[in-house]
Amino acid sequence: MNEFALLLAATLSGGTVLAIAALGLLINERAGIVNLGAEGLMLVAAIAGFATAVHTGSDVLAFVAGAAAGALLAAVFGGLVIWLNTNQYATGLALSLFGSGFSAFVGIRYTQEKLSERPHFDIPLLADLPLVGPALFRQHPMVYLAIALTVALAWFLYRSRAGLVLRSVGESPESAHALGYPVRRIRLAAVLAGGALCGLAGAYLSVIYTPLWVEGMTAGKGWIALALTTFATWRPARVLLGAYLFGGVTMLQFHLQGEGVQLASQFLTALPYLSTIVVLVLISRNPAWIRANMPASIGKPFYPGG
Amino acid sequence: MFKLEPRAQASRAMSLLSPVIALLLTVLIGVLLFSALGKDPVRALQVFFVEPIRNGYALAELSIKAVPLVLIALGLAVCFRSNLWNIGAEGQFVLGALAAGWVAMQAGPQTSRAIVGAILAAGVLGGMAWAALVALLRDRFNANEILVSLMLVYVAEMLLSWLVYGPWKDPQGYNFPQTITFAATTKIPRLVEGWRMNLGVPIALAAVAGLWLFLFRTYRGFALQVGGLAPAAARYAGFSSRSALWTALLLSGGMAGLAGALEAAGPLGQLTPHVPAGYGFAAIIVAFVGRLHPVGIVFSAVLMSMFYIGGELAQSRPGLPKSLTGVFQGLLLFSLLACDTLIANRIRWSKKA
Repeated sequence: MNEFALLLAATLSGGTVLAIAALGLLINERAGIVNLGAEGLMLVAAIAGFATAVHTGSDVLAFVAGAAAGALLAAVFGGLVIWLNTNQYATGLALSLFGSGFSAFVGIRYTQEKLSERPHFDIPLLADLPLVGPALFRQHPMVYLAIALTVALAWFLYRSRAGLVLRSVGESPESAHALGYPVRRIRLAAVLAGGALCGLAGAYLSVIYTPLWVEGMTAGKGWIALALTTFATWRPARVLLGAYLFGGVTMLQFHLQGEGVQLASQFLTALPYLSTIVVLVLISRNPAWIRANMPASIGKPFYPGG
Repeated sequence: MFKLEPRAQASRAMSLLSPVIALLLTVLIGVLLFSALGKDPVRALQVFFVEPIRNGYALAELSIKAVPLVLIALGLAVCFRSNLWNIGAEGQFVLGALAAGWVAMQAGPQTSRAIVGAILAAGVLGGMAWAALVALLRDRFNANEILVSLMLVYVAEMLLSWLVYGPWKDPQGYNFPQTITFAATTKIPRLVEGWRMNLGVPIALAAVAGLWLFLFRTYRGFALQVGGLAPAAARYAGFSSRSALWTALLLSGGMAGLAGALEAAGPLGQLTPHVPAGYGFAAIIVAFVGRLHPVGIVFSAVLMSMFYIGGELAQSRPGLPKSLTGVFQGLLLFSLLACDTLIANRIRWSKKA
């Protein structure tokens, strides 16, 4: 039973990386922008956060550095895509390739570095409950933040005026422009917010979750986060659920290996990627359903005429 | 503040100039980067742009990198022109190497040289099979090809790792994760004694010619490109988008697989976990920098190979990390995309924001 609690705890913590990144990408996509550079963003933010943590010893500063690095790179991406009308897919790919090279380049000095023992966070009383205590109430604050973020984002998108404007920009930039909204600035704001969240996810990965720096350490998490927005049909709550599902699959892999299951470890490592494909297929099977939920202008450039 | 103004007609001059400007920008940023690191920028540039083309031997080494890049980028150009985003060429490359490696391992001392043909064919089929998965899932289930093709890269790497650590491991290999060294008869024939340059060079050049004919002189190639530029027009003309999907993906998968076979039976001569060297991703940049045009791809592949060789030299000499290659590759694509805006637009400077 205790083992189950630990597995659940690890699932939540592993899912948090994906959840934060995917929520950020969700904001982008709701404004009509697909950022295929998520993987590169997360890597650069991971090293930025890790280096900050090594030098200052402050996790909070590390998160700030990660988010700032993510937002900075996203600003470059946004400038190119929104103002120069470059192809979103190609630009995102450039960002991914640049990010993995650049993070490896900067990170060389840090491959041997270790962070001090991570602090434990126990919620008084609740943490001592049997089963649910170790599973739910001994998590890093970022885990709860991801949940809060999901709620906040759902409220923002569906209950606030600004969220309505954001969605309208994603559905029909022409109409939003005709109504007098600064479409390009709104899109840039969405890209920056998304980049900052991807950055935060990257920093959480390298500073808290692992905690160390390895070249290419995101291992496709940015791409899985991109896939998550589609699985979730662009809904925040479903993004969170999907992220936990994937966190669970990843954890199950370690768990099974620990249990000595007679299966090649490579097969288990491939499990998250295979399940991404399977879920993607299941969700996309009905094109009408995807079309009904997908922001209509996704991936399309908008350039105000005149 | 500046303003972009659409040109009445896309500028031909700019479409040729833009890669050059992009390269200059990349070099400029590189110089700044080296200076910031306290390295001599002139030395570093020399390593990247002079040493790789210093003599015949260096050029032959360059061809070892350029051939897979050309082959993969040609296939990707067809995909991108038909608006299909196959970014998993790396996985198709690995599958090509696996299939080719399996054939090569069947060879004994008595096997004839004809086996090289079988090895290359196996590579093509392996790459095609991996790309066919992407096409199938997109065709039947509407699954996004970007994500599926990329996820399959990780799966392909795991498959390779499982084989070289498990069933295909060389029993006499001191437990290293590697297959047996392929028999000498399977080696891709070299062109010049003493240089590693091999049959891949003429194959790649033939592929350039073939792709040019396909894209610009065949009905099918034309239909593909219309489907990419204007899907509605293609539908109206009765061009099948399904046939375009399969053609483009199978073609690019086959090319990547061929590159994998040439690599496995060429410079590598055995399979190890290091088969995927990033060619599949670098080829995306090669395709764009080469304007998605077969001839342009040759030039950009040579340029990209210089980055690769330069990166390796930089690691051994001025004490710079190899990952600089990736930094430059990414920067090049960024600058190119930015410069490409100038093809369809001109910049108007205005006082008012």
